[in-house]
Amino acid sequence: MSVELDVFVGNTTIMDKEVYQLWLNGYTVNDAVKVRIEGGVMEECEASAEVLLSDTMDQYRTFQMCERLLHHPAKLANQLLFQIPPDRQAMLIERYYAFDDSFVREVLGKKLSKGTKKDLDDVSIKTGIMLKSCRRQFDNFKRVFKVVEELKGPLVENIRQHFLLPDPLARDYAAIVFFANNRFETGKKKLQYLTFQDFAFCAGQLINNWTVGAVDNMMEDMDVDLDKEFLQDLKDLKILITDKDLLDQHKSLVCTALRGKTNVFNEMEANFKNLSRGLVNIAAKLINAKDVRDFFIDLVEKFIEPCRSDKLTSIDVNLYLTHYTNSAHILDTFKHHTVWTRYMGVIKSCILRMYHD
Amino acid sequence: MPGKLKAKIVAGRHLPVMDRASDLTDAFVEVKFGNTTFKTDVYPKSLNPQWNSEWFKFEVDDEDLQDEPLQITVLDHDTYSANDAIGKVYIDIDPLLCSEAATVISGWLPIYDTIHGIRGEINVLVKVDLFNDLNRFRQSSCGVKFFCTTSIPRCYRAIMVHGFVEELVVNEDPEYQWIDRIRTPRASNEARQRLIFLMSGELQRKIGLKVLEMGGNAVVGYLQCFDLEGESGLVVRAIGTACTLEKISTFPATATHPSNSSPSKDMKEPVFGEEAPGVPLSSGPPTPLRAQTFSSFSPSKSYSRQSSSSDTELSLTPKTGMGSGGSAGKDAGPLKALLKQQTQSALEQREYPFFTLTVFPPGFLLHVGGVVSARSVKLLDRIHNPDEPETRDAWWEEIRQEIKSHAKSLGCHAVVGYSESTSICEEVCILSASGTAAILSSRFMQDGPLDTELRFEEVVSPGCGFCHIPYDELNIPFPAQLTYCYCCRRYKVPDVLFTTIDLPTEASVTGKGCLIQARLCRTKKKAQGEVNAMAISNLLPFLEYELHTQLMNKLKLRGMNALFGLRIQISVGETMLLGLASATGVYLTALPSPGGIQIVGKTPSDITYEQHISNMQKKINDTITKNKELYEINPPEVVEEIIGSPIPEPRQRSRLFRSHSESSDDVSEIDLSHGKKDAFVLEIDDTDAVEDIHALLTDSPTPAGFYSCNTEIMPGIQNWTSAIQMFTSVRVFRLNANLTNQGLNKIFSDLCENLLKSLYFKLRSMVPCCLCHLNFTVAIPEDELIQVAVTAVALSFDKVQTLENGKQSGEKTPIKAITENDEQLQFNLELNAETSSSSISPKGLSEVGSHPSARDRCSSWIEQLKLKAHTIRRGSVKTTSSMEKASPLPEGRSRSLRSNRSYSGSSVAVVKMTPLSFIPGAKIIKYLGIINMFFIRETSSLREEGGVSGFLHTFIAEVFAMVRAHVAALGGNAVVSYSMKECVFMENPNKNQAQCLINVSGDAVIFVRESELELTSVQPQSATTQTSNGGEGT
Repeated sequence: MSVELDVFVGNTTIMDKEVYQLWLNGYTVNDAVKVRIEGGVMEECEASAEVLLSDTMDQYRTFQMCERLLHHPAKLANQLLFQIPPDRQAMLIERYYAFDDSFVREVLGKKLSKGTKKDLDDVSIKTGIMLKSCRRQFDNFKRVFKVVEELKGPLVENIRQHFLLPDPLARDYAAIVFFANNRFETGKKKLQYLTFQDFAFCAGQLINNWTVGAVDNMMEDMDVDLDKEFLQDLKDLKILITDKDLLDQHKSLVCTALRGKTNVFNEMEANFKNLSRGLVNIAAKLINAKDVRDFFIDLVEKFIEPCRSDKLTSIDVNLYLTHYTNSAHILDTFKHHTVWTRYMGVIKSCILRMYHD
Repeated sequence: MPGKLKAKIVAGRHLPVMDRASDLTDAFVEVKFGNTTFKTDVYPKSLNPQWNSEWFKFEVDDEDLQDEPLQITVLDHDTYSANDAIGKVYIDIDPLLCSEAATVISGWLPIYDTIHGIRGEINVLVKVDLFNDLNRFRQSSCGVKFFCTTSIPRCYRAIMVHGFVEELVVNEDPEYQWIDRIRTPRASNEARQRLIFLMSGELQRKIGLKVLEMGGNAVVGYLQCFDLEGESGLVVRAIGTACTLEKISTFPATATHPSNSSPSKDMKEPVFGEEAPGVPLSSGPPTPLRAQTFSSFSPSKSYSRQSSSSDTELSLTPKTGMGSGGSAGKDAGPLKALLKQQTQSALEQREYPFFTLTVFPPGFLLHVGGVVSARSVKLLDRIHNPDEPETRDAWWEEIRQEIKSHAKSLGCHAVVGYSESTSICEEVCILSASGTAAILSSRFMQDGPLDTELRFEEVVSPGCGFCHIPYDELNIPFPAQLTYCYCCRRYKVPDVLFTTIDLPTEASVTGKGCLIQARLCRTKKKAQGEVNAMAISNLLPFLEYELHTQLMNKLKLRGMNALFGLRIQISVGETMLLGLASATGVYLTALPSPGGIQIVGKTPSDITYEQHISNMQKKINDTITKNKELYEINPPEVVEEIIGSPIPEPRQRSRLFRSHSESSDDVSEIDLSHGKKDAFVLEIDDTDAVEDIHALLTDSPTPAGFYSCNTEIMPGIQNWTSAIQMFTSVRVFRLNANLTNQGLNKIFSDLCENLLKSLYFKLRSMVPCCLCHLNFTVAIPEDELIQVAVTAVALSFDKVQTLENGKQSGEKTPIKAITENDEQLQFNLELNAETSSSSISPKGLSEVGSHPSARDRCSSWIEQLKLKAHTIRRGSVKTTSSMEKASPLPEGRSRSLRSNRSYSGSSVAVVKMTPLSFIPGAKIIKYLGIINMFFIRETSSLREEGGVSGFLHTFIAEVFAMVRAHVAALGGNAVVSYSMKECVFMENPNKNQAQCLINVSGDAVIFVRESELELTSVQPQSATTQTSNGGEGT
């Protein structure tokens, strides 16, 4: 004796948020039922385990039928099969495209390829996120990447329009796409202390300032790639460290400004040349794709770590970088003001964001 | 050549990829009507083609317009091989043929394939130019309106109710033709779909012709069914009630509440529909119409095959013939009897005085006798000549005659809430018909008495009148216990009343109602032919008897005394029979309070046994008390003593009248009464009986916040919000072999109970809510399988009201104790005055109608008590007013408005669906035509589609989507009176195959929120166009 068939179809599609989350998290029907029983929904509604199982199966089936549409969220609004109120549609999309920070940290900057997908079981074990959920999140990244890769115009806006995502989520996806496209290294041990939100912030800075779209959004090219011309120009900044006079002049200007304003002045003065060389070298190398990938690790190794070993607070760092940036403009022989501003603006905000334990 | 059909193919979207190489499709469209086909150009390499075709014009007879669907086929062009079909759209153009319905079909319609389901959508425009045709001998019946709704549609007024219309057409089932062996499943499915479309069209046209001949212009309560008889053919049959309807032109809501905006005298006017016509009834309907009906009614009854029989009927009843009609008015004598006779004579002239209506205009339904039903078991044989479906006709004729005679023996001349159904297994077919015997007012009958000034109003009060027995007290057709009516004290009422109709809106009810179901399984031996049919017809009486006993027990257990909307379904399988009776139990104030249930053991010697019995007795008593509390049943019992009326002895009696006949056997009637015992006694003589009682007690109560009923509305709940959720749920259960009757019963009962529980759980977010129109359908798709399908609607109502209600019921008892006389009547009176000044009760829902009855009683005998009561009443008025009336309604309404608004932003027009004839908080402003759709879906990759559940889930969702899309294309925003009449599911998991057939119907409408209505009432037209634009916009 068994229930052979059991369906429930409402004119307005009924979807339980809680069950949806369980489905998204990759629970099997039986596990989901267990979770729901523990959640106490049974006592609340005088239901039996049997009822709960039937409901869960039914919901899971509905979600599976909807999944095809969720892959193209725009379709959800003008499909006829399910009558779903707009606020529900928005909820479905938002939750479907939501991801775990711990998961995204693992794949951030990696190529969104089949190879990476094969390694997801390791990621699943490491993060404790179910493989099914990992796969969904990975496929979401890849789907968004594929769609916006070919599109003109601002990245965040494209994502928001094509996937109907709320603004913060669209920004996060922009970061993920940007990282995947430029293949930034984020997995090194030294970078482990950084959260996804740190990287997402930096990505936002880079997208807004260093891409072609940042200067001219009418351009053919888009937000995903860094502005090649700018990277080329960055080489000119090398003069700041190759020209001995300029370097000394720069140092004295910065030191004058800093004197008396911080109690780590001595360390700053001692390290000036070192730090300056680090930052300018990063700039000069960015024209090579390989060095772009190491951008974050370089920032940590060349700047953040030395500062940290000198026990600088983030206020100190802020002070130092402000004067470091501004003083360069006073240098007589230094001509590359625009490039310098464009470069240092991003570097400063990235470093400040990354400067924590 | 009286019509020109025009179609334009605009665009397609979301098409499937047909060319794997390019991941695109080269789509074009074939538009076919009758034998004419047009094609669009190929729109290459696109999944969203823009054809923007010219207007394709078909010049056709209106007969064809009614019969044929417009057939649109989307294909993928292939240069080298045959073009692949993507899918089809069938468009029923019938709504365009009626001037009052839709004018254009325009919108996105799903492209449907019987193997793949929905494959994208197509945007089409369809129009019809109809030329006036004055041919008297025409075969078409364009312009006759059809309604599935079993009441007078909301924006119409009934001028006349003509009566029963029926028709059936038969054909060979394409699935069983020899050609089916060599054609693809798709071709076979499409042939079937098309055939059924054609047959429905033909059927509708033929019924329309009958209506025109009767002088009507509409069919209300149109019920169309399919009998898939397998080898022996395909039968499409329909019944309905012919009416002459008139559109109510006055738009604004001012006249919407006739009963509470008018003082008591107005109630007695022949008011129904929306507005008091102000015409004294004596003048009757407009004269031209009348003349017309007479001329068509008299000798030329050529439309009816059964004309001979009806003629004999006429000649057999000379005493009550036409003659008495004219002189009636002058005799001031025994009015009631005379009038009764007159209507009777009017009705007897009809072949079948049947009405498919379940809700009636006020004053139409006078008395209700009880349920009448008839069944017969037939052996199917091949239909040899589809043009003369004589055997099928004869079968139904036989059954209808039986029903008619049952009604007569209950002293009734009409049958209301009438319906017919079949159950087929292999070559055996059970035909069933049931209805409620009743006496109707002649008011809406064409040949009723001319002088209607003398009416029943003095005699019959609306609140209780329908409960008064129609039959002769001294000549009761069955043993019954009669008492004086508890409302008016003047007429006799039975102790229990079973009916198939909806609860009359004016009926006075105590407390709330609930769904009551009796479920039963009976095993039977496998057999063939005659033997099998005989075995089944021998089993049927027992099945019905037990179902009836169960119903009665459950009714008592809930402390109620009447059933409405009773529907008994008997399904036949190879090794078992399944019986499911559903009804809504209520406590009618007019009927006596039901006695308890008393259990009696057979072996009184054993002490432990007696203890066991007394335990059970206690449980039962507890349950009754609990139920009375739950359903708020506290009738004013004190009344009796004061008045000194005869104290009723609660006794049980059944009013279920039925018979069975195998082939042409004689009618056999079974007395279902439970003897003349003072309390309802259950004798426990064997283990079966113990089980039965256990089963009785294990019916789990509905969870808190839920109510359920299978009628349109639930008495005692008024302030519905606009939140409605229609749903269909299907379950199939596989049984083990070799189960006993007892075991089967339990499984079946659990299956239904669990299904209900699941529904409650699913809909928990809508609490407090009521599941209305719960319609269960059982089937035995194959051996050892039981299928249960439910379609219903969940309606939310306002919490505030319930809370207050709860408080009220608590407060009520002490008040009663103080007043000591019929205080309830008194404040109802007061209420009348109150509500008439404010008059804000939701249309159609309110009016449980306790005040009319109150008025009546008051006028007769309570006058002298009035003063005394008046002093006490004062304190209690405020609290009770909110209980009986929807006084906190303004808040409720604004709330519902808000929740409604949130829906409106969607890019696809929202289409509401409901099995009810109305939409809470909204007013239906236009009926766009009937929706009657038939779909077949088949798969040979069952596992890949998610198994049987996945397959059916998708299919039902697709059916909903197609219904919604067609309604939106007609410019509508809702389907009312929606029902899924057929859901035949077959599977073959070993072959990874499944097939399902679904037939749905309903009325497409445009509704406007009452709140919006108030805003736009100055310019009604703009409201109409706005809504229809909304529908077409996307």
